Amino acid sequence: MSALPVAPPAASAETEPGPLALARTVASRVATTCLVELQKLRHDRTELVTRAVQPALWLLVFGQVFTRIRAIPTGSTPYLDFLAPGILAQSALFIAIFYGIQIIWERDAGVLAKLLVTPTPRIALVGAKAFAAGVRAVAQAVVVLVLALILGVHLETNPFKIILLVVALLLGSAFFCCLSITIAGLVLSRDRLMGIGQAITMPLFFASNALYPVELMPGWLQVINHINPLSYEVEALRGLLVGTSARLPLDFGVLFASAAVMIAIASALLPRLARG
Amino acid sequence: MTPALRCVGLRQKFGDTVAVDGLDLEVERGEVFGLLGPNGAGKTTTIRMITTLLPAPPGAIQVMGRDVARQRTAVRRLIGYVPQQLSADGTLTGRENVALFARLYDVPRAARAAQVAAVLDAMDLTEVADRPSKTYSGGMVRRLELAQALVSAPQLLILDEPTVGLDPVARDGVWDRIAAIRAATGMTVLVTTHAMQEADEHCERVALMHRGRIRAQGSPGELKDALGPDATLDDVFRHHTGNALTGDNENGGMRDVRAARRTARRVG
Repeated sequence: MSALPVAPPAASAETEPGPLALARTVASRVATTCLVELQKLRHDRTELVTRAVQPALWLLVFGQVFTRIRAIPTGSTPYLDFLAPGILAQSALFIAIFYGIQIIWERDAGVLAKLLVTPTPRIALVGAKAFAAGVRAVAQAVVVLVLALILGVHLETNPFKIILLVVALLLGSAFFCCLSITIAGLVLSRDRLMGIGQAITMPLFFASNALYPVELMPGWLQVINHINPLSYEVEALRGLLVGTSARLPLDFGVLFASAAVMIAIASALLPRLARG
Repeated sequence: MTPALRCVGLRQKFGDTVAVDGLDLEVERGEVFGLLGPNGAGKTTTIRMITTLLPAPPGAIQVMGRDVARQRTAVRRLIGYVPQQLSADGTLTGRENVALFARLYDVPRAARAAQVAAVLDAMDLTEVADRPSKTYSGGMVRRLELAQALVSAPQLLILDEPTVGLDPVARDGVWDRIAAIRAATGMTVLVTTHAMQEADEHCERVALMHRGRIRAQGSPGELKDALGPDATLDDVFRHHTGNALTGDNENGGMRDVRAARRTARRVG
């Protein structure tokens, strides 16, 4: 047997970490978890392909048909161009919502317990999951964007805008991932979460500006649209990708605040989930 | 010197069910200590409190002199934990699985690769380290999990039913590794099991737990001698509790039983 590490762990904190140490730990855990997500994607690329089927159908079938029949007025922007950012956000939403189911699986498989026993604050574990969802969403976004380009969608190529697009996807995915973990922390069972996940995912999508402009919505739907973070994500993506008007400071402000609040709520529920 | 683990009057209730009922326990540094009992005895709840997964009142649990309630992060750095279920990530390779835990325990970057390689080698997994762990046998996954727990050089290694579902050869392999780890590092090992024969062979001291309480503790030899010639640990357990170890599952949580079955299914 080769020599096992026997030295006491370095920098053993005798007291609980302060805010600076906590921030460092969060950053380190986020980087670690994102790296693991990339390793998993490298080992199994089939998920990228299978997850691309649904957005492909939305763009190929729904997008092309509605472009031809001109049923949804989108001004000077072709409908397919209008739709592509919405489908990008939808694809990220579907990936992120899956993380609640994944964390329940991790609890049942003992993985969550093992992670919670490491010197990692709960908020860092949840933050790491949130950004791991974002990494997957960005990887998926590349596939959707390539498909959109093939279909003739006119996309911005400004590197600064691409960076902002990545940030918007990360924040949106972080929110929905933590929403899903929060629901997991409340319902505690995979079956119940799958039911609730299905019940909220499509309403979130339809009650956003992903498929149609806000002005076409009935009044009550416009109210829901205004409190739906997906709408702010779509507006930002649309403004950055196809150059439609967007309130980027507001969009990013809402996305950042909602992701931060949801990370805090999901972190508070994590011990309940681990005990459940 | 403070003991590796000290529990004083430990209690845990879930609704009306008392899972742990005034448990007092001391594990000396460097020993292999077995916490024995059937499903539902309170072993896993006790482990979950020691590992900070369940809250414990201040002063009730100390690991290497640190209070679990007040110095959680410090305690977590001292512990290596292997849960009952086979919990390695099948998508990742063995090396990636271990490297993940090296990062989560803040093993310095300069030492990380060497430390990961050393624990994989110690667990005889070097040759398969770059294969996805879903291709490993049950015994290999258990050894991989030991490697994950060891990569941070813990001072207290906690193993929850480490041989459940394994065939006899794989079981021996796991126990041999545990003995080798202890010999090489002087690490304290706390292991839960309901396999009396395994505990008899591999633990220096054991505590028999039943309905949330420790009913007897000492070395397997002392406990058997106290009962009479030819006594087994099963006999000792029956003597102290009035129950056969394998027959009393009525208090076993559905989740414990499910976890054991899931592990057994995964190892085939």
